[in-house]
Amino acid sequence: MSDDIRNPDRKMTLQMVAPESRHEQAYKYYLRKNVVPLVFLILCILGGYYSGLSLPFLINEIITRMARNSFIVISLIVPILAGMGLNFGIVLGAMAGQFGYVATANFQMTGFTGFFVTVLITVPLAIIFGWLTGKLFNQSKGKEMITGIILGFFANGIYQLILLYFMGNIIPIRVPTMLLSTGIGIRNTIDIKGMHYAIDNLWKIRLQIPGFIFPIIIPVVTLAALAALCIAVHFLFKTKLGQEFRATGQNRQIAEVAGIKVDRIRILAIIFSTVLAGIGQVIFLQNLGNINTYGSHVQVGTFAVAAILIGGASVTKATISQALLGTLLFHTLFIVSPLAGKNLIGDAMIGEYFRVFITYGVIGVALALHAWQAKQKRR
Amino acid sequence: MPEECLISQKPTLKERILDFYRDFGVARLIIFAFLIFLLASAFALKLPMEQILSSVLTRFGMNGILVLAMIPSIQSGTGPNFALPLGITCGIVAITLSIELNMAGFSGFFFSVGVAALLGAATGFLYGFLLNRVKGQELTVGTYFGFSIVSLMCIFWFLAPYKSPEMIWPYGGSGLRVTIALQDRIGKVLDNFLAFDFFGVTVPTGLLLFFALFCTGLWLFSRTRTGIALSTVGTNPKFAESSGLNVNRYRIIGSTISQALGAVGIVVYAQSFGFIQLYMAPLFMAFFAVASILIGGASLKKSTVTHAVIGTFLFQSILVVSMPVANIVVADNIADVIRIIISNGIILYALTRKETGGDLS
Repeated sequence: MSDDIRNPDRKMTLQMVAPESRHEQAYKYYLRKNVVPLVFLILCILGGYYSGLSLPFLINEIITRMARNSFIVISLIVPILAGMGLNFGIVLGAMAGQFGYVATANFQMTGFTGFFVTVLITVPLAIIFGWLTGKLFNQSKGKEMITGIILGFFANGIYQLILLYFMGNIIPIRVPTMLLSTGIGIRNTIDIKGMHYAIDNLWKIRLQIPGFIFPIIIPVVTLAALAALCIAVHFLFKTKLGQEFRATGQNRQIAEVAGIKVDRIRILAIIFSTVLAGIGQVIFLQNLGNINTYGSHVQVGTFAVAAILIGGASVTKATISQALLGTLLFHTLFIVSPLAGKNLIGDAMIGEYFRVFITYGVIGVALALHAWQAKQKRR
Repeated sequence: MPEECLISQKPTLKERILDFYRDFGVARLIIFAFLIFLLASAFALKLPMEQILSSVLTRFGMNGILVLAMIPSIQSGTGPNFALPLGITCGIVAITLSIELNMAGFSGFFFSVGVAALLGAATGFLYGFLLNRVKGQELTVGTYFGFSIVSLMCIFWFLAPYKSPEMIWPYGGSGLRVTIALQDRIGKVLDNFLAFDFFGVTVPTGLLLFFALFCTGLWLFSRTRTGIALSTVGTNPKFAESSGLNVNRYRIIGSTISQALGAVGIVVYAQSFGFIQLYMAPLFMAFFAVASILIGGASLKKSTVTHAVIGTFLFQSILVVSMPVANIVVADNIADVIRIIISNGIILYALTRKETGGDLS
């Protein structure tokens, strides 16, 4: 959509047809460009109204979820700008994070040290996974997204094989309570109480709102880490490497001619994404305090992709603010939809089904729109 | 005429064998070796081979038509039909209608098949228009289109005004049950039709005949004018267009037949399985069908009935044999994990093959 305005011919016709209503045109353009976030904003406000939740509770929930989910959503930006589409392969990053936690839980580490060591284990694992994913994507250029989706399922199979049948068997586990009663395989939930709120609790600010009983709690360190990430990603695209990402994303052939090692840049983009997703999953799980061993990572890709698309990003364009806005809207919908469904139709499941449908539907529509536009451009 | 050009290019038997050998590839070799290993260990463990063979035959017939549904989709150039849940939900709607109308036995079965085919064809026709607008991204769009339909249908199952006590919760609760038993309805009608025992192996004659009927039908269709045009459109859309074929029209035909087969396929599957599962159950069914045909030797652009038959047989054999073997040797549930790894591994392999090109269209 936004290509229209960049196209000089199109701009000229706009000006020639209606010179007096340029403001109106700009307004319409703005509306059209932001239609997806606006629709979801309205949905969120309606849902919030009908859910009957009190404002401080809602704000607390939103802050918690923003702090723990934004990292993973931002991890999608680099591959999008490098022209690889939505990286569904971040599921592998999440798995790296969970492997990290299995290791630290195995050595019964706690607190910030435990969290830090988990990150230290996660990063190299995520680099390896990202490198392999990047190699695979280079083999299937033009089909990165479907390859990423299937790769997620495939990796999940391997993950289950390792955790269910190798751990406690080939890989020794020190803590017997982590294992199933047979002594082989990790239980359905891994307790990481020792690392619960490891960075959230480092510094918390309580804001009392007059007229409400519950204060608003702000996990400063987690949000600071998020802010640091945003600034880092912003400056990454000002460096030479960042420009190479962009050049590769705009046109692979031209980038290749310009002397950029396209395949290498693409692998780097995926490694960036996977590592960020891995750290994101570690932050996410320290907030939850326990790991759903065979479930926590499965939906990571789908949810992150839905969130960034709801924020107004597309398969080829994404910004940090879109990622943050999308996370805000998507997770607000997460909180309010079951209650709104219950109050409107009388059953919480309706709201839940509606939310699942929105998640998949948004991705489907965004992908279809992208393919549609790409086809029109080719003509 | 384009048809004549193609017929003259028909490969000889020798070329076809060489082609088959080249297309077979490493991934399939591993899977084939794995199956032989499983069979050998099943023999060594003295497992009841009659029982295993019976259930291979049943599962082969029960999944066959769902795999056949991939053929028109691949042939018309839209790639494996990842949006199969669309057809599958149509089939499930047809079965619930037959129960609501209090039908049982063969009348219920044929009513379900008829309604399923009609609904599947109608939705497949409409879905074809979407496919034509998203050329090159059919696989990704299809996957998420299938997911969205399944989740949208969850709301339908929840709100639909069905009355039959077999389908709604006995008391309290709203919406249809998650699992609906078919034993007094269409359960096993095909399986038990003319079934006989052969050295202890139960042969579900009706089921296999029904599958064979569809295989023959699809094979005959691929020999007709429309069928040949369909595969021309898939293998070489530029050539097809220049010889006067309407590419978009044939892609819609491919999608229509594919979804109709998917709808009929789930009816056959359900009658053999004895249950229908609603809500999120159809979510991942497409992946197993895609994996089956790829194991049989198909690629993202080329498939035949033979690929579907061989693939279904191999994939289902692995599933059936791996379960008892794994139970004895390793642990209880490893067969499920193996199924996930094999099915997604073969799809990944097909996606990274160079000859399929960077773009499906």
